Amino acid sequence: MSNASSAPQHSTELPNGWEMVVGLEVHVELDTKTKLFSASPNRFGDEPNTNIDPVTLGLPGALPVLNKQAVELAIRLGLALNCTVQPSTFHRKNYFYQDMPKAYQISQYDQPINIDGFMMLPGDVRIGIERAHLEEDTGKSTHIGGTSGRIHGSDYSLVDFNRAGVPLVEIVSRPDIRNSDQARQYVAELRSILLAVGASDAKMEEGSMRCDVNVSVRKPGAEFGTRCEIKNVNSIRAVGKAIDYEARRQIDVLESGGTIRQETRHWDDSEGRTHTLRTKEDADDYRYFLEPDLVLLDPDQEWIESIRASLPMLPAARRAQLATLTGANKESESVYVIVERGQDDYVSAVAQAGGDAARALVYVQQAFAEEGATPKVAASDIATLTQMERDAKITATQAKTILSEMVANGGGDPVAIASAKGFEALDTSAVEAMVDAAIAQQADAWAKYCAGEEKAMGALVGAIMKASQGKADGKVVTAILQARRAK
Amino acid sequence: MSTPSSGSSPARITSEVVAKVAKLSSLHLSDDELALMTTQLSGMLDHFADIDKLDLSNVAPLAQPFPLKNVFREDVVVAGLDRDEVLAAAPAAEDGRFRVPPSLGLGEQ
Amino acid sequence: MTKPFATVVDIAADIAAGKTSAVEVLEQHLARITERESDIHAFNLVTTEQARATAQQVDADIKAGKPVGPLAGVPVALKDNMCTRGIETTCSSKILEGWKPPYDATVVTRLQQAGAVMVGKTNLDEFAMGSSTENSAFGPTKNPLDTSRVPGGSSGGSAAAVAAGFAAASLGSDTGGSIRQPASLCGLVGVKPTYGLVSRQGIVAFASSLDQVGPFTHTVADAALMMEVIGGHDPLDSTSLPQPMPSLTSVLGQGVKGMRIGRLADMPDGCEPEVLARMDAAYVALQAAGATIVDIALPSLSYCLTAYYLVAPAEASSNLARYDGVRYGMRVETGDLHSMYGATRAAGFGAEVKRRIMLGTYALSAGYFDAYYGKALKVRRLIANDFAAAYEKCDVILTPTSPTVAFPLGDKTSDPLTMYLCDIFTIPTNLAGHAAMSVPFGTGAHNMPVGVQVLAPALGEQTMFRVAAELERAS
Repeated sequence: MSNASSAPQHSTELPNGWEMVVGLEVHVELDTKTKLFSASPNRFGDEPNTNIDPVTLGLPGALPVLNKQAVELAIRLGLALNCTVQPSTFHRKNYFYQDMPKAYQISQYDQPINIDGFMMLPGDVRIGIERAHLEEDTGKSTHIGGTSGRIHGSDYSLVDFNRAGVPLVEIVSRPDIRNSDQARQYVAELRSILLAVGASDAKMEEGSMRCDVNVSVRKPGAEFGTRCEIKNVNSIRAVGKAIDYEARRQIDVLESGGTIRQETRHWDDSEGRTHTLRTKEDADDYRYFLEPDLVLLDPDQEWIESIRASLPMLPAARRAQLATLTGANKESESVYVIVERGQDDYVSAVAQAGGDAARALVYVQQAFAEEGATPKVAASDIATLTQMERDAKITATQAKTILSEMVANGGGDPVAIASAKGFEALDTSAVEAMVDAAIAQQADAWAKYCAGEEKAMGALVGAIMKASQGKADGKVVTAILQARRAK
Repeated sequence: MSTPSSGSSPARITSEVVAKVAKLSSLHLSDDELALMTTQLSGMLDHFADIDKLDLSNVAPLAQPFPLKNVFREDVVVAGLDRDEVLAAAPAAEDGRFRVPPSLGLGEQ
Repeated sequence: MTKPFATVVDIAADIAAGKTSAVEVLEQHLARITERESDIHAFNLVTTEQARATAQQVDADIKAGKPVGPLAGVPVALKDNMCTRGIETTCSSKILEGWKPPYDATVVTRLQQAGAVMVGKTNLDEFAMGSSTENSAFGPTKNPLDTSRVPGGSSGGSAAAVAAGFAAASLGSDTGGSIRQPASLCGLVGVKPTYGLVSRQGIVAFASSLDQVGPFTHTVADAALMMEVIGGHDPLDSTSLPQPMPSLTSVLGQGVKGMRIGRLADMPDGCEPEVLARMDAAYVALQAAGATIVDIALPSLSYCLTAYYLVAPAEASSNLARYDGVRYGMRVETGDLHSMYGATRAAGFGAEVKRRIMLGTYALSAGYFDAYYGKALKVRRLIANDFAAAYEKCDVILTPTSPTVAFPLGDKTSDPLTMYLCDIFTIPTNLAGHAAMSVPFGTGAHNMPVGVQVLAPALGEQTMFRVAAELERAS
């Protein structure tokens, strides 16, 4: 998965002045050892029905007991999303379905743990977070027979309850998103925050992060239109595509004189379109009521503050810090990429070792894509390399060669590598001599260049680089040629 | 939460409402059962209308006897149930999982 | 009053002292079961073989000089809504028939650790919904004192088992009076502890915010001992109170001198005159023992029935939704998932359970929530406030446990509301989460026993047991 800015896919303008209004509901599985209300493992990919206990299966007499670590992770996430942490309660959401063992889901309803947060997106766009509440996940069904594992027309289903009871936080945004770029940026940023605070592994491909999207359209300034909820949007790319598709679908309906029905729709990624899943008329009546088997969750201020104090620096702050250090734009791709990889501390270490921060940013982005937050190459060696290039002891091309070798070998002294390869930047007088020789040998090209034909310089530079066996700095050669012509 | 919040109970329960409640409860009722249920529920609800004369506007609901808070367990794995034992007690199982008839709806996913 | 059967305290003492053996005691009880169970139907299951094995183990431990628990060798019966690992637990419902839980309820574990010998699982109104044990899918239980009469309910099987001498003590569950009322009708001591004092873990839920487990015994001392074994904090129940279990056996001799006994100024209609006469006798007895009688009022008492019959079914409608034919219990096979649910639940649940599921679903559903469930929770607050005001003036309150003595089978089955009125005196305690117990205090009409109910505030068990012991001495 890539972040929004590293995967440019710009939403196109909607026709005829229409504006889309988007809100997101994102479910994330918390990275705990056990389930939200019982002591079975919270682990993806195990044999079916091996992580089960009386609570998970909803056996008669089984009672839920809240996992403290799940609460702590929910608070970490809430604080990272600038939410207020408040006293909260659990309710039962009653409905019958095969993967819901008790026929009710324990979820937070009118008193969620985290409320009223926000997230900043590029361009100082503020997206409100209405709530981020705790609830339990359901089991998983496999549909057998019929057409290719789809539910409709299947012969029967098989249910695995390993996932039932896994702790979830549902993060509900306010309808502040106005285009699919922002939606993708929101999901990408949320994922970065989840990883930064250690709340979830946020793997959309494994379902530990799942997006539902609410889309409506309107003319700017008008009331909100009727919204449709789109489910099964399981990648950041799909979030953008589903929103753009759905907005255009709604505009088509409205412009051809139709009305939008409030309904739940399903995103079909292979077809690139949404389908009606169910309309509001057959909406369930969930009969929410306070879960009598659980008690008030009222984290004391001391606990909340100790969690706040333990939060790492969040991605936005780290990007700002890296931008300041390197002189890059905080919304630039390299800044996003380095922070997403967690390599900003490394860039900072290079700078602290006396290295050139701007060059370090480029080196790390280019060469350390396969490395984690702590590349094997010593920061001090990268610092030396940036100094050598900055001081023109080596050329940019040579620096790249040396860097590749350092990465391949998991480290190395750049001075020694340069020396072994015979990389010694030529002094200016030697380059000038080569320039003179090239002018003499390529008189035609020189004449054309002097007559203003810039392309002719290529032949001259090529000859000089060849003569220097690549040791001459291209920039220096160009500068000398320009100076000669100016005379 | 839900409407209405007025002080008086809704109108007398109809067989249509009883049928809807039976569906919400996943209880298949025959026509005879539905009729009897409508009569019995009506009788009970008439009796339960006695609380309508109470002024409850300033009374806080009491859902649980005692105001306990912050009851937690530590995040430690405890051995759970044996799959074979559990599946042996299930009405139908296959391939390590619980087998159910096909659903015509999509649940709450 | 002499008791017809040996008490828990005496059995435990005699076995520990080597005067008798656990096996011998068990065989006496099994013999009575053989003799009378076919007439009474106290049990859904008699666990003869497991009981013999347990009793033999107790005897072996005592012979080997190993330390044994306070109930070592005492035969006990469990209401069939308590999970027993590997032993069928049905709630007297077809929907759970044959289900063997893969785990034990906390109270079951505590009884085992105390050395008790489980003799069987007792009959109940299906899912504990009823006041006569006539709502069992497996047939009614009869009152051992007069088999033409009901034993009360819903824990009628547990009451009958002790009253018939099939077990020295038993456990029931009490959601609106399901321990106290059958105790009263069978002439036993029955305790509904403070909500949260006894773990609900492994007790098949009826109404989670009201359910509590408690003992049936012949004597107050037996009940105190049973409470000390089963009570106390359980980390597997989030609503379990964090307090340690107070000592009850040690307070029984402390008397009631100086205690203030509350008497209802306005007694609700419908009580049999013999029952009221026994109440008067109880006040006189306590006064004679040094207590003073004070009149108190519970103005919301008459609304409790409504509050209870909305709150309990609402919670039950959700608690019983899990019986869906997917993971355990019965299933009626049909073509698709939702029709399987409807058919399974229609075939698996009896009429009273269906009625309460419907009532509860209705009370919670959109458009009716505030008018019914929401209002009922407010009435629940009113009765809690009433009690708080009353306990400013008194230490305990005395009422009848049941307005009547045991009634004939079939007497109240045609009209659910008439049956619901049996619970008028017991329901308020559950709504408030307080403690209450029924103590036998003579007999009423048809020479059937009358129970006096002692109500105490939350965690008022010590005071409550002192009063109960005094009533027992006076009876």
